[in-house]
Amino acid sequence: MKFSESWLRSFVDPACSGDEFSHLLTMAGLEVEEEEAVAPAFDKVVVAQILEVDKHPDADRLNVCRVDVGSGELLQIVCGAPNAAAGIKVPCALPGAELPGGFTIKLAKVRGVASSGMLCSARELGIADDAAGLLVLGADARVGEDVRRHLDLDDRLLTLKLTPNRSDCLSLEGVAREVAALTGTPARFTEVDDVEVTIASKRAVVLDAPEACPRYCGRVIAGVDATVTTPTWMSRRLERSGIRPISALVDITNYVMLELGQPLHAFDNARLQGAIHARMAQTAEVITLLNEQTLELQDDVLLIADEQRPLAMAGVMGGEESGISLATTEVFLESAFFAPTAIAGRARRYSFVSDASHRFERGVDFGGTRRALERASRLVLDICGGRAGPVSEAMAKLPERHEVRLRPARVARVLGVALSAGRIGELFARLDLSFRRDGDDFVVMAPSYRFDIEIEEDLIEELARLHGYENIPSSSPVALMAMLPQTEETRPLARLRQIIADCGYQEVVNFAFVEEAWERDFADNSKLIRLANPIASQLSVMRSTLIGGLVANLATNLKRRQARARFFETGRCFFRDERGEPVAGFRQPWTLTALAYGAAFPEQWGCVARNVDFFDVKGDLERLLAPRTASFEKAGHPALHPGRSARIVLDGRGIGFVGELHPQWQQKYELPLAPVLFEVDLDALVIAGLAHYAEVSRQPLVIRDMAIVVDQEVELQLLIDGMVASRPEIVREIKLFDLYAGRGVEAGKKSLAFRIMMQDTQKTLQEVEVDAAMQHLMTYLRETFAAQLRV
Amino acid sequence: MHNFDQIVQAASLAFAATDDPDTLEQIKASYLGKGGQITALLKGLAKIPADERKSVGAAINLAKNAVETALNERREAIRQMALSARLAEEALDVTLPGRGQTRGGLHPVTRTLERIEALFSSIGFDVADGPEIEADFQNFTALNTPADHPARSMHDTFYLQDESGGVAEGVLLRTHTSPIQVRYMQAHVARHAGARTMPEIRVIAPGRVYRVDSDATHSPMFHQVEGLWVGESVSFADLKGVIGDFLRRFFESDDLQVRFRPSFFPFTEPSAEIDMAFMSGALKGRWLEIAGCGMVHPNVLRHVGIDPERYIGFAFGMGPDRLTMLRYGVNDLRLFYDGDLRFLRQFV
Repeated sequence: MKFSESWLRSFVDPACSGDEFSHLLTMAGLEVEEEEAVAPAFDKVVVAQILEVDKHPDADRLNVCRVDVGSGELLQIVCGAPNAAAGIKVPCALPGAELPGGFTIKLAKVRGVASSGMLCSARELGIADDAAGLLVLGADARVGEDVRRHLDLDDRLLTLKLTPNRSDCLSLEGVAREVAALTGTPARFTEVDDVEVTIASKRAVVLDAPEACPRYCGRVIAGVDATVTTPTWMSRRLERSGIRPISALVDITNYVMLELGQPLHAFDNARLQGAIHARMAQTAEVITLLNEQTLELQDDVLLIADEQRPLAMAGVMGGEESGISLATTEVFLESAFFAPTAIAGRARRYSFVSDASHRFERGVDFGGTRRALERASRLVLDICGGRAGPVSEAMAKLPERHEVRLRPARVARVLGVALSAGRIGELFARLDLSFRRDGDDFVVMAPSYRFDIEIEEDLIEELARLHGYENIPSSSPVALMAMLPQTEETRPLARLRQIIADCGYQEVVNFAFVEEAWERDFADNSKLIRLANPIASQLSVMRSTLIGGLVANLATNLKRRQARARFFETGRCFFRDERGEPVAGFRQPWTLTALAYGAAFPEQWGCVARNVDFFDVKGDLERLLAPRTASFEKAGHPALHPGRSARIVLDGRGIGFVGELHPQWQQKYELPLAPVLFEVDLDALVIAGLAHYAEVSRQPLVIRDMAIVVDQEVELQLLIDGMVASRPEIVREIKLFDLYAGRGVEAGKKSLAFRIMMQDTQKTLQEVEVDAAMQHLMTYLRETFAAQLRV
Repeated sequence: MHNFDQIVQAASLAFAATDDPDTLEQIKASYLGKGGQITALLKGLAKIPADERKSVGAAINLAKNAVETALNERREAIRQMALSARLAEEALDVTLPGRGQTRGGLHPVTRTLERIEALFSSIGFDVADGPEIEADFQNFTALNTPADHPARSMHDTFYLQDESGGVAEGVLLRTHTSPIQVRYMQAHVARHAGARTMPEIRVIAPGRVYRVDSDATHSPMFHQVEGLWVGESVSFADLKGVIGDFLRRFFESDDLQVRFRPSFFPFTEPSAEIDMAFMSGALKGRWLEIAGCGMVHPNVLRHVGIDPERYIGFAFGMGPDRLTMLRYGVNDLRLFYDGDLRFLRQFV
């Protein structure tokens, strides 16, 4: 809601001004979003009339003007404007004037001719961009009058950011009413008398959808001149409210809408046939609107129609065919109340809003329908002439205003501060909320322009607002003390983030909607979750993996000459899933994904440079998993190198993948090296289990090494798992400490060296027991994996 | 009489002549070993007449002790020399940088979220989470925002396609974290059904939220932290107290002002915008929008089965991205979602 302060002050003129006034509105919930002066500061600029124009003797483009500035003495002023002409009235900056930009006017000689002042363009005064010529003022301007006064330039434009509940403030009268309540300054509203009815022409009005349109007023005004120029005072107020003047009749309807908050519509009466109906559209009924948009309607759209065809989308926008033009001589003016629920969302469905729909869907004063029609009629008759017919009014059941009960004790409980009955009564009176007392309670009735007072809390809010939020104290709440649960078997997400960050990874946050190609490349996802209204095509699909984002982070950082990078992100992934919870149809697991690229260590003197590999990243993953140990199975993943990737298995359940990016994606995403990454289900990481003490044996530990040779293909995990499963009881731990293939080992084979830790809980182990255990393990390996002892 | 000073002197000189511990031991043998000079003297005592034997013996012993002392001193000196040599040899350029990995770091907004969680935990707030693809019901309807409510236009909502390419019914990307408060209250009510008094609800819910908006000051995905306190006596004055306390603790400064300004949200009443201004620094005196808040609307409580006559509460939703920018002096929201290591590394 944008308007000029001077217009508002014509209704209510409190003593406060400038910032203080804006602050008052903002702190009452009518946030002043923008405020600007109509014109920058300048002075000593008056209305002047050019009497004579002569060519400058020494300059082709300059004129020498003789100008009347009302001082009784004519001034000679040199002027270069192409539109300087005898007779016109223009602004003249007198000697000593200060113009915007600190420009001071002095007596001067221009190419040898004395010039005592400057004739000004709109741009030179800082009120418009037009610099093509002098600003031509109206013929009625009084010579010598201060231009600021003449053009009403000491005015400010205020833009309010109104909340949807305050439709009553979508008009100058509404804001004035609010200012009056806030300041106690009385407001003066426009007196509206019924215009004289001088012709009998009228149209019947039929309410076919009385719930959607319970009140409709209309009247014919004949013999209007639609071509007259809108008076300056009106067009100026419209412009300062951000509405472009169009023609007198349109301007009048807009003006009344701004003044009173009632949207109006003017039809060309000659284009209407028979009675006016307010009815619901038929399915697929078509209308072309004034904005030239042709819509196919659904049957929940309210229409204004005549007996032949739809005329307007009620409360939203008029139709093109029935609209007024400069040739119109007979208008049918409409002022109606449309129920908010009948208008809400309809315009938005067709991707537009109008000033009318904005107001109707929030609620328009149904008590002011006829007053607005009379106000508009008066202005039409005054400005365009013509003769008015009688008002046709149809009325059904209007919204009811119920009594709302307010308990002062509840006010104190909600706000934390008690307001006396006297104070409550005073605040209600300022808001024009009529009330009666019932014991301690106030029983309040809201006026027809307030759509936001239905329950006790609505009244409490009004009291708080008017009393002033800043006058409500701050207090420390009192609560029962109770400790919050702290589980030890699970780890908070914050802890996991810290562990992986400590491993060198930097956290990033990427958008949850991604490029479709990422989903195909990195997840082979055929059940995409697409956005219905993405902001861009590369942000159109919900991600089922965080890999794409990290690869993109890597690519952009490589472009920024970062050669080594480690990233991680935690976030939800999204899958279509019939059994998804809590929102049916979708599974949304929390996921942690990490990616490493480039040198294994930051560039340094102290270790041999090499690139990060699978086992570096697997090591980071294992640190993250500790104290739990996962097993790893060779498995395919669309994003990963088939020979260098594994499924992570914990408690028999796949919880993620680790591996090197597939060479084809490395190439496609233009990465000089292959990044290594893992993606894990966070739910699995969170569980750490509770530690349980097991007695430490006092018996000596026996350590033996064993080196074997097996086929290259044999996976270590199988060997270890098998040995652990078949081990004699005294074997406590088996560790791989060396892996070798090459000289001295047959081609296609590898040598593995294990360290076997043995211990008895009760007694010192005998050599013979140790030998037997080693023999047992070796036999197992030979029989199961054709392993040979390496000698 | 018998004087063995010469031997002692010669031994001392011989010891001093070597730096090598092995040589020193060999020299020692030539005095104190089996065939050594001192040993020979002691053996010769038997031939000495009995009346002199005692005094000669004493003199030999004196000499022997003196040689041993000289030997030990020399041994110690050689050990010291060897140690000094080793220390000198092993000295490092300690100004060379240390070896190994660097640490990564947390995203600045994560740091803020963790601080917010810690501060609210300290007064007994639980932390809750909820789905990001959310039901229309929890995101709007249960929050007193039925379909076609004008307040829905305050949120430009992302909708999803169904599998046949139409707009999926009843689901959306959550536009705020407030639906978590609905889910949390529903679960709380279910857990305490039948209890004479429902324990207080004190919870915050941080998370990512989505709106169709993208420019220098808006990101289509951003963060919010929802807060909720419902009990038998929780007032607007308490809300002001908690928020003021939070902001002063978060910024570790009393040098800021907080104001509550009437506003409108369908799910709170009275509602307020919270503005904050620093009293010093680059942003001195400028009011900055920090959060929206208010007393939980009775319809919201009713929707989840809480009696609004008995229980009352406040809710707030604040923007941690904004708080992060103010805390660390970040001037462009887009940096948070750009993954630029040069930016992120500053928060290690």
